[in-house]
Parts: sequence; C-alpha cells; structure tokens
Amino acid sequence: MKQLALIIDLNVCVGCHACVTSCKEWNTSGWAGPMSDVNPYDANPTGTFFNRVQTFEVGTFPNTETVHFPKSCLHCENPPCVPVCPTGASYKREVDGIVLVDYDKCIGCKYCSWACPYGTREFDQKQKVMKKCTLCVDRIYDKTLPESERKPACVLACPTNARLFGDVHDPDSEVSQLIRESGGYQLMPEWGTNPSNHYLPRRKTHFKIHEDELQRVDNPLKKEGLLPEPSKDQQTLDDIYSSW
Amino acid sequence: MHPAFSVIFLTTLIGIGQGLFLALYSGQVYSMMELLPAQDSQSFYALGSLLAVGFLIAGLFASFFHLGRPMRAWRSASKWRTSWLSREVIILPATILLIAFYGCIHYFDWNHILFSITKTQSVDLSLVIGMLATLSTFALFICTSMIYASVKFMQEWYNPLTVINYILFGMASGFTLAAVFSVIMEADVVGFYVLWAIVLTITAFITRAATILRNRNIVSKSNLQTAIGIRHTVIAQKSQGAMCGSFNTREFFHNKSATQLTVVKNIFLLLVFPVPIFMLILAISGVFTLYLTIAAFVIQYLGLLAERWYFFSEGKHPQNIYYQSVA
Repeated sequence: MKQLALIIDLNVCVGCHACVTSCKEWNTSGWAGPMSDVNPYDANPTGTFFNRVQTFEVGTFPNTETVHFPKSCLHCENPPCVPVCPTGASYKREVDGIVLVDYDKCIGCKYCSWACPYGTREFDQKQKVMKKCTLCVDRIYDKTLPESERKPACVLACPTNARLFGDVHDPDSEVSQLIRESGGYQLMPEWGTNPSNHYLPRRKTHFKIHEDELQRVDNPLKKEGLLPEPSKDQQTLDDIYSSW
Repeated sequence: MHPAFSVIFLTTLIGIGQGLFLALYSGQVYSMMELLPAQDSQSFYALGSLLAVGFLIAGLFASFFHLGRPMRAWRSASKWRTSWLSREVIILPATILLIAFYGCIHYFDWNHILFSITKTQSVDLSLVIGMLATLSTFALFICTSMIYASVKFMQEWYNPLTVINYILFGMASGFTLAAVFSVIMEADVVGFYVLWAIVLTITAFITRAATILRNRNIVSKSNLQTAIGIRHTVIAQKSQGAMCGSFNTREFFHNKSATQLTVVKNIFLLLVFPVPIFMLILAISGVFTLYLTIAAFVIQYLGLLAERWYFFSEGKHPQNIYYQSVA
C-alpha cells in the first residue's frame, strides 16, 4: 500500500523559509478556505501555518553548527491523533496514507492536538477548526497540472532540494533509497507513532588526498621543484617531460 | 498545558452531580436495608435528583465553551469505538436522563415493586433505574478521566491514578453537597453523608498525594535529541518559526512560574482536604450545622477548581520541546 511522505535533508536545508511561504500561499488560496492570520500587519502577528522552519545551534562556540529544521505533519503510519477524534474528522487515507482533517466535520475540541507529540496541528482562530499539512492533496492528483508540478508546494519551492516527495513503501522510490542509503530517521521514535516523513542527517563530505598524490613515487631523478628553464629554440616542456 | 476554564468547570461540576446522585442512591439502598431511616420520595430523592441533574447540565453547558464549533457537537457521538471523548459525549446525556428518570419515579410515585429477592426484601422500579444510573455514573467518571489518562504523551496523566482521583473527587464533593442538602431538608441522614464525605475526602487525599509524589520524579521520554534527531549533548534553539507565538505556544504552555504552580498546589491541598473535613466535623457536633456544611461544600469546590487547574497545568506536552526559545 502506498504511503506518501516527505524526506527532509537537514544537510542541505539553509533555513530560507521558502517552503513555509509557498505552503501558506498555496493552501490559503485553496478550496478549503484561508489559513487565517490575526494582526498580520500589526503588533504581535500570529496565524495558522502547516509548516514551520525552526533553527537550532548544535555544539559550543566556536565549534557550532546551525541546523535548520522544517517541521510539518509527519503523516504517521500509526497516527495517535486519529483514534482520539470524537467525530471522525481526523482520518488517515487508505489509498495513500495521508492524514487529513475534514474541516466540515471538525468541532474544534483540540483533542487531536493533545494527542500529537510533534505539535504539528494548528487550530485556526477564525475558522475554529483544527488544521494541518495535507501534503497538498489538492495538487498532487491534479491532472490539469503538468506532471512535474504534481508535488507539494513546499517541495517545488525548496531552492536547495532539501525536500523530496514520494512513496516510502515503494523500496525502489527515490525517497526509500535515500532513507536507506543516507541514514534517514524518524522523529521521536520512542512513542511508536512510526512517522512516514523522514529526515536525513547532517553528513560530512570528506576528500581524502593520499600521500603518493603529493609525492610522486615514479620520479626517477628524485627531484621536485623547478627545473632549469629550457632555451627558446628547444622543444616545449610538455614535449620533453610528458613521457614521465 | 494551558488550563481551559470550560474543561475545569465541566469536570468539577459533573463530578458534583455524579457524586450527589451516588449519595442519594446509596442512602436509598441503606434505608432499604433498614440501616438508615427512609426519606420522603418527593422532597428528598426527587429534589436531590433535580439538583444532581442541574449540576450535570451546568457541566454540559460549560463544555460547549471549549468547542470551536459547538453547533457540530452532535457529530462527536460517532467515534465511540476509539475515542474516550466520544464515549463521554454519549454517556453524559445518558446519565442525565437516567438520573432524571430516577427523580421522576420518586416524584410521580411510579415506584412499583417489581420483584422480591427474599421474602422481606422487595425491589422496586427506582432501585433498578438507580442501579442503571449508578453504572452510568461510574462509566461517565471513567470516560471523563480516560480522556486525559489515555493520552500517553502526557506522562503526568497517563496512569490509573488519574481515573481514581476523578472518581474520588467527584464522590467527595457530591457527598459533601448531599450533607448540605440533607441539612436543608432536615433529613435525619446528615451524619451518614458527613461521615462518607469525610471518608471519601481522606481517600482522595491519599490518592492525590500519591499522584503528586509520582509526578515529582517523572523523566520525560522525549528530549531535544530525539525530537530533532541530532545526536549531540549541547543543542540550543535559536528560532521556533514564529516571533509572536502560535497555536503551539498558546495551547500547551500555562505561562506561570513554578512558584505560582506551587502556590496553587498548596491552596488546593488546603481547601479540598483539611478545611472541609474540619468544618464537617464541627458541623456534625451541632454548632452552625447549616452554615458550616455550606461553607465546607463551597470551600471544597473552590479547592477543586484549583486542583483541576493544577492538574492541567502540571501536564507537560512533548511538543513543548520544539518551542523553548523565540529568538
């Protein structure tokens, strides 16, 4: 069975918030109504977002690394937010594993947000219903869009390709290969929620220079450095030394 | 967690209603067994049931203020197979109806004898309906408390003591109200209700104290390392994605200092347990019985509001790990 998910590569995320703004732009103009803001152009602005980018500093100065950490609904395979919903407004789609909220059934009791350890659900202060990432379900199946654009808005917006979208149950998909080969991990594995979204860790790229690349082993004269300059009418340097 | 007053009033008010009904019914069972003098059906059991129903309806009314879309509340009865909240939504009106029916039986004298257990012990309709209402009352206690006790992420709530506390607090406050009621009605069962109110209050103190001790040393299962998956001992949050707060900072933080929390804890430990017990003992000795029982009930209820406020504030949600610093 299919399980669509996002893979977020913390190694390349630069924390530009393009995924946050494109998510908000797409979903606030969608069929489900706006993601409302309170005081958007005033003091203390706040609002509903499906996706947030947080920043953490790892290590002690001066040996620190800045990690930008995008966080949205992880579309758990065992979503704890779904069974607690009294109305059935929260549900997980059988067909592709996306966890959704039916905004017409939600009574706004906020119980599902208590049952999510990741804090990825946000209560809309104007529509008075719970909202969360839909994996752009209204985009990814839209036949009127070219196939290359049938991806979540955040994935399309990411300038560093830190967000990848695919079926994590298909072992040959790009995302499954990345999880396998680049150390993909889940958040808070201790709760048994089995999130579908995975994160790729920081990775160091090493360039190993071997000794014999600096000191030539096949140097018969054992002489390095500048050679005497040949006269102008002689053959060029390449003609003479290329045989070495 | 941010304590919502709608839920604080819901849980405390229905607790009183449930406890009062249990007090009335246990009084009736005792008098059936001729351990207590029988009371007048209309003025005691019927009026008492009306009072219990009043508290339950007041609690139900308070709960609507917690909903973003109260007009859709009827939908919440649908997922009773998985959701304790849905189960509560079904059991609460059922309990109200059963207690109201129990009151009606007494008021309109529909109390026909159905069958006899032994030659001397007959069972009438109010006893059967009262038994059903008792089961429903306990089911309601369990549903209400399991809403909190079943959230495994809230380690302060995720244990059987939460259920036991809800039952005992409801019964203690209900029996205290029954003592007030029997004093006003001049029923000769004041001693019975006062005694049980004191016993239940002391039992509630033991289980609540056990909860406080248990929650003192909770080690959070999650930490920043598991939350973002970075294996390093020194991680500091530099931004949380919003400068001026979000739903995550409003719903899951009480924004009170540890001192304020301790003060509220000490207040409820004082108002719920020793003060009402002292007043009830004084009341039963015969001085100012009416005023002292009323004061005991009111003070215990105020204490219960503080207790419920503390219960919610004490819960630490793992999502808070992601929201430790604005900038």
